[in-house]
Amino acid sequence: MLSIKNIHANIEGKEILKGINLDIKAGEVHAIMGPNGSGKSTLASVLAGREEYEVTEGEVTFLEKDLLELSTEDRAREGLFLAFQYPVEIPGVSTTNFIKAAVNEKRKYQGEEPLDAVAFLKMMKQKMALVEIDQSLLSRSINEGFSGGEKKRNEVFQMAMLEPKLAILDETDSGLDIDALRIVANGINKLRNENRAILLITHYQRLLDYIQPDFVHVLYNGKIVKSGTKELALELEERGYDFITDEADLAASL
Amino acid sequence: MNEDLNMLEQTALNDYKYGFVTDIDTDIIPKGLNEAVVELISKKKNEPEWMLNWRLKAYAHWLKMEEPTWPNVKYPPINYQDIIYYAAPKKKEQLNSLDEVDPELLRTFEKLGISLNEQKRLTGVAVDVVMDSVSIATSFKEQLAEIGVIFCSISEAIQKHPDLVKKYLGSVVPMTDNYFSALNSAVFTDGSFCYIPKGVRCPMELSTYFRINAENSGQFERTLIIAEEESYVSYLEGCTAPMRDENQLHAAVVELVAMKKAEIKYSTVQNWYPGDKDGQGGIYNFVTKRGMCQGDHSKISWTQVETGSAITWKYPSVILKGDHSIGEFYSVAFTNHHQQADTGTKMIHLGKNTRSRIVSKGISAGQSQNSYRGLVRAAKGATNARNYSQCDSLLLGDKCGAHTFPYIEVKNKTAIVEHEATTSKIGEDQLFYCRQRGIDAETAVALIVNGFAKEVMNQLPMEFAIEAQKLLAISMEGSVG
Ligand SMILES: Nc1ncnc2c1ncn2[C@@H]1O[C@H](COP(=O)(O)OP(=O)(O)OP(=O)(O)O)[C@@H](O)[C@H]1O
Ligand SMILES: [Mg+2]
Repeated sequence: MLSIKNIHANIEGKEILKGINLDIKAGEVHAIMGPNGSGKSTLASVLAGREEYEVTEGEVTFLEKDLLELSTEDRAREGLFLAFQYPVEIPGVSTTNFIKAAVNEKRKYQGEEPLDAVAFLKMMKQKMALVEIDQSLLSRSINEGFSGGEKKRNEVFQMAMLEPKLAILDETDSGLDIDALRIVANGINKLRNENRAILLITHYQRLLDYIQPDFVHVLYNGKIVKSGTKELALELEERGYDFITDEADLAASL
Repeated sequence: MNEDLNMLEQTALNDYKYGFVTDIDTDIIPKGLNEAVVELISKKKNEPEWMLNWRLKAYAHWLKMEEPTWPNVKYPPINYQDIIYYAAPKKKEQLNSLDEVDPELLRTFEKLGISLNEQKRLTGVAVDVVMDSVSIATSFKEQLAEIGVIFCSISEAIQKHPDLVKKYLGSVVPMTDNYFSALNSAVFTDGSFCYIPKGVRCPMELSTYFRINAENSGQFERTLIIAEEESYVSYLEGCTAPMRDENQLHAAVVELVAMKKAEIKYSTVQNWYPGDKDGQGGIYNFVTKRGMCQGDHSKISWTQVETGSAITWKYPSVILKGDHSIGEFYSVAFTNHHQQADTGTKMIHLGKNTRSRIVSKGISAGQSQNSYRGLVRAAKGATNARNYSQCDSLLLGDKCGAHTFPYIEVKNKTAIVEHEATTSKIGEDQLFYCRQRGIDAETAVALIVNGFAKEVMNQLPMEFAIEAQKLLAISMEGSVG
């Protein structure tokens, strides 16, 4: 579904991604871990099409299409979804209206009629139950004054509403209390299916206890320096990043 | 046709030196302004002597005045002798079908969701009699007459209700008030007149749209609304459809009078031609709007959505004379390309326990300049006066400007005046967030701007609000890269 080949990306002239390779097939769940500042969010932004990042090398195919050729909005309409590490506040724009606009833009792109109010509300009700999000939150301006946890939950709710083919979740677990983590993780698990791929960016094993990944990758200094199965995450939890990063630093210095 | 016109002008101009004689039936008078022109306007409108004298007095004043230079706008000097001050309501050229109408205009209508019949009416295409808005307007007028509401053109009011006009015309905006109000007083050609009798709650929105011939009320419009004790009226001015006009200078005067416990809600959507994207053409809109809360517990509320005109100079104000009276001003001013807007309000607190509220939302895009200018004055007698002002500016891009000029004059120690101001930019983060959800940049900006302006839009009557929202979206086209 997604194939990343040797991606290099700069911001403000500084190289952040230094040759990333990654293949994700439909139905798979991949976890990306790595120290702060290693480039995890940058990778997510580059895939989603944030224009401040300049891709200097490499290619990305998404569902047989050249992803880097598509505009940000078309990537989304093709089925790429990013749950933001820091969801953005938009004063005065109700969450419901925002999501409705998003859902209908996507439908338009796919040649479908926009959902009418009744059908939309029905869909909302159904997905709200999935992530146990409160109705009152959805009538407020999007993310404005939401608590950290509410923002994250709202991201997963939007994912449920938009039914993406590939969902990139950037630290969706951080800021959630224990109960919320379980609820959100359960929601994500329910959204897991053989046609959908999920890329989880996280620092913590506890998320992976709920959502068992098929693969785990360690991103360090703009490169994937180690890949493995879910056991790799357990090992990281135990030993920290040092045993991998030291190795990588050594390799780089040679 | 053009040549005929020129010849007519030439002859007429030559006549000036000898005393002005011209056929009263011709529907256009020569360029320029002098006493004879004022007399002619009055004569053409068959006005009573008092009206003519009033105009002449205004003209004499105007001659002594100077054009204001304090607004934060720039424009080449206006040659007041190069303007035609009276052209009888011109019959629009009748077209046979919409195919003959400028496709650009039709595209905009489409986006605004204006019905086919309405499109025809606005562009001067003949409409079939049954659907004609004239017939709607007629039944509308009958309904109003039943409850004693007078709603007609100011010219008609001068003829039929001279006592009311004599009493109130210039009572809120004196002819000497400012350069443009003096000019308007001398040469106004038409406008609206509303009178709501005591205790009557006007059951429908009064709109210029329903006033036959309102389309051509001209560049010097004069509006007078009087709400007697315990009455209520909501008045809508303007139209969201694009308004093109050959007259570059528009100087309207609007006066509102609210008696004891009366309430007037005045909503405007202004969409005059703003000029092209290089700043060519476009209307200068220099308006004086003022309301007088004459009686205790009266209320006047201005709501405006300004997207048009090359230059806007406009400060709808309220004089809070009655005790416990309330004044409100809600404004969205959107400027794009090279538009300049200097707009705001004045709240003059005279009575006790008077309250005012100002919510101004300025949105600037392109290379436009958007200024809020507001005065809050609490006079000596304005015990316990309260004002709350909030002025927010939103910038789209970095070539435009937003400015805030709040003036506060408090002469009573018990008065409380609060002012808050913010300036924000549509952030890359916000745009990216929307686009990641499949909402393109243009729609995203419209969404964000409408969110920003929501508090004001909510003040508009429902259908008007929806149209105004679409209008904002259309005005914003091309303002994101
Ligand atoms: N706009 C920017 N200008 C300069 N440097 C930037 C910019 N954005 C990101 N960076 C740098 O790029 C590097 C990678 O950042 P990124 O956000 O991708 O890290 P991360 O792996 O997601 O970290 P965390 O775990 O803390 O979320 C960091 O060193 C960061 O400072
Ligand atoms: Mg990050």
